[in-house]
Amino acid sequence: MNSAEPASGSTGAGRRRPARPGGLPLARFLARRLVAAALLCVGITLVAFVLTQLVPGDPAAANLGQRAIGDPAAVAAFRAKYGLDKPVPVQYLTYLGNVLQGNFGMSQQSHRPVAQDLAEYVPATIELALFAIVLSLLVGVALGVVAAVNRDRWPDQVLRVVSLGGVSMPTFWVALVAFYLLFFKFGLLPGGGRLDPGMNPPPYATGFYTIDAALAGEWDVLSSAAGHLVLPSLVLAVYTVGMLMRFTRASVLEILGNDYVRAARAKGLPERVVILRHVLRPAMVAIITVAGVAFGSLLSGAVLVENIFSWPGLGQYAYRSAVNLDLPGIMGVSIVVAAVYILINLLVDLLYGVIDPRIRLT
Amino acid sequence: MGALLEVEDLTVWLATRRGPRMAVDGLSFQVGSGEIFGIAGESGSGKTMTAMALLGLLPHAARTSGKAVFEGRDLLSMSARQLRAVRGRRIAMVSQDPSTSLHPMLSIETQLTEHMRHHLGLGRSEARGRAVELLATVRIPDPEQALGAHAAQFSGGMRQRIAIAVALACEPRLLLADEPTTALDVTVQAGILRLLHRLRAERELAVVVITHDLGVLSAVADRICVMYGGRTAEVGPRENVLTRPRHPYTRGLLDALPHPEGGAAALRPIPGSPPSLGEVPEGCPFHPRCGYAVPDCRTERPAPVLVEPGHASACPPDPLGGIA
Ligand SMILES: Nc1ncnc2c1ncn2[C@@H]1O[C@H](COP(=O)(O)OP(=O)(O)OP(=O)(O)O)[C@@H](O)[C@H]1O
Ligand code: SF4
Ligand SMILES: [Mg+2]
Repeated sequence: MNSAEPASGSTGAGRRRPARPGGLPLARFLARRLVAAALLCVGITLVAFVLTQLVPGDPAAANLGQRAIGDPAAVAAFRAKYGLDKPVPVQYLTYLGNVLQGNFGMSQQSHRPVAQDLAEYVPATIELALFAIVLSLLVGVALGVVAAVNRDRWPDQVLRVVSLGGVSMPTFWVALVAFYLLFFKFGLLPGGGRLDPGMNPPPYATGFYTIDAALAGEWDVLSSAAGHLVLPSLVLAVYTVGMLMRFTRASVLEILGNDYVRAARAKGLPERVVILRHVLRPAMVAIITVAGVAFGSLLSGAVLVENIFSWPGLGQYAYRSAVNLDLPGIMGVSIVVAAVYILINLLVDLLYGVIDPRIRLT
Repeated sequence: MGALLEVEDLTVWLATRRGPRMAVDGLSFQVGSGEIFGIAGESGSGKTMTAMALLGLLPHAARTSGKAVFEGRDLLSMSARQLRAVRGRRIAMVSQDPSTSLHPMLSIETQLTEHMRHHLGLGRSEARGRAVELLATVRIPDPEQALGAHAAQFSGGMRQRIAIAVALACEPRLLLADEPTTALDVTVQAGILRLLHRLRAERELAVVVITHDLGVLSAVADRICVMYGGRTAEVGPRENVLTRPRHPYTRGLLDALPHPEGGAAALRPIPGSPPSLGEVPEGCPFHPRCGYAVPDCRTERPAPVLVEPGHASACPPDPLGGIA
């Protein structure tokens, strides 16, 4: 947009990229996004807090024994100890301070600190969801491109049915069928859980069994952990593969109509280069947006899949917290899920900047 | 001596919802080595489809017939693989709008070097060195720095210069420039035309300049072909076509040009509008809009015939013949 650009850049001799006033564009882009994400995090803790205020029930009653509840002094002491006698805004600030220090309170169902529970369950789910999203991206994007370049010919027709099937089969049904066929009937894949029965988890570093096992050099644990990931992540990926395939096809078709694609072909480049370099890159902008949404749907799909595959993850924990009305647990889960969503959006924004220089530079 | 490009009876059918329709109908012309050849005509006359047919880049399901012999080989009967070896290497293209024909996300360096590396087998630094030279040739200030930049960081005129550098990278023999100045300001247009003129002289590069504006061709073309409804109306040396046109359509185009001395008053547009795809009238395609039409024009399909040495017109009544 700026004719003076190359000329103005020449004053900063030796610089590869044209200079812009106001510092590194990428750094500023990231700073803006990070500030927005931080504000959003605070907002979410506020919402979670207000919701717990609205839930009927007295924490003192829930936590003190039958006898103590009849003793006003004990109740008052309890309320003073946990700051429940302070005004609500002060309570919120106390809570926010605790959360920032990684203190989410005690879980009423596991009788352990919620933070400790989360450190165990969250990585299990993230490991599963990451495995599923990587699988979905690889398969979904590849098949979407194949469908687009074969538009209206038989590979496209076949893939259209496949993606329609993927997005319309209910996940619980896919899970049951896959579990039955691949585990019971043919024994091709291990059943539930994260490891073979009797195997000890690797020493905790990240909570991702595959990574921790690799770090510890426990190869048998690594292969068992990876094997156990396949079936549940395949089940989770059925929907997202269909979704990514559809969007990839549409996005690639749209990009194929651009002048710059014709220009690339006019240069005599092999079709493979035209598609991979000139078409897929701009198409990725839309695909990554959808992948972010798909990751969210994987997390909600995980509640169900984790229960079917006895996967000790956040979904199971959230389910148990909810049915037991374990408020600290529920708040902890909400904040983690919100934080994950924010991180995903941040990552998506960051990838936009990596893919499209125009975003970085303006 | 054979011409560099010899197009004979080129016909292009495009696939439409109502079946195949003719966009180019029996077009013939030659382009000599180092010649600037202009193709002019209103919107929809088939200029772009002619260029795309030569490059093998017609829209999906299009068909062609005829011949387009380039350097002794027929482009229309080449395999996709053979065409890819010609495209970008022997014949290059510059299109109308550089803000859409340059890739928005790839660096100028990538766009300038990828086909050099592919066609000429150059290494990274070798290709980079040539890219710098090319940018200097098309007068981009600070070429080293421009390589790391992206299209959006340049003005329209600069972008078109970069697009021309991209086209020149593998030293093609023929450049197809489709409306290379239409998207640009008038002052910038003149610079691009001067650039094409200079390149032709320096590199013995043949250029086909496609435009709807005969004014553009008056500055650069050696010979001009005027197209109407997918056919040749008139073809000949620039002087003859622009100062002694023999086809009423050419006359009409010239009268529609704004004259520097006459102002807007001198502008006399051709009445009516050009036919759309598949609706080219019988006989002379121009007859519904022609002030000189005679009854035969409605039924007899005219072929270009020589009216002077090297100058042909497809208008048998030749109403302008006496005037010149
Ligand atoms: N992809 C396509 N499918 C069907 N018809 C097309 C397609 N592209 C162009 N046409 C039609 O083919 C005819 C010739 O088009 P062409 O683009 O060659 O014209 P042109 O002379 O380049 O005109 P312009 O000055 O508008 O660029 C027009 O009637 C146009 O509407
Ligand atoms: S052939 Fe007839 S209709 Fe066509 S341009 Fe000549 S006079 Fe006009
Ligand atoms: Mg055109």
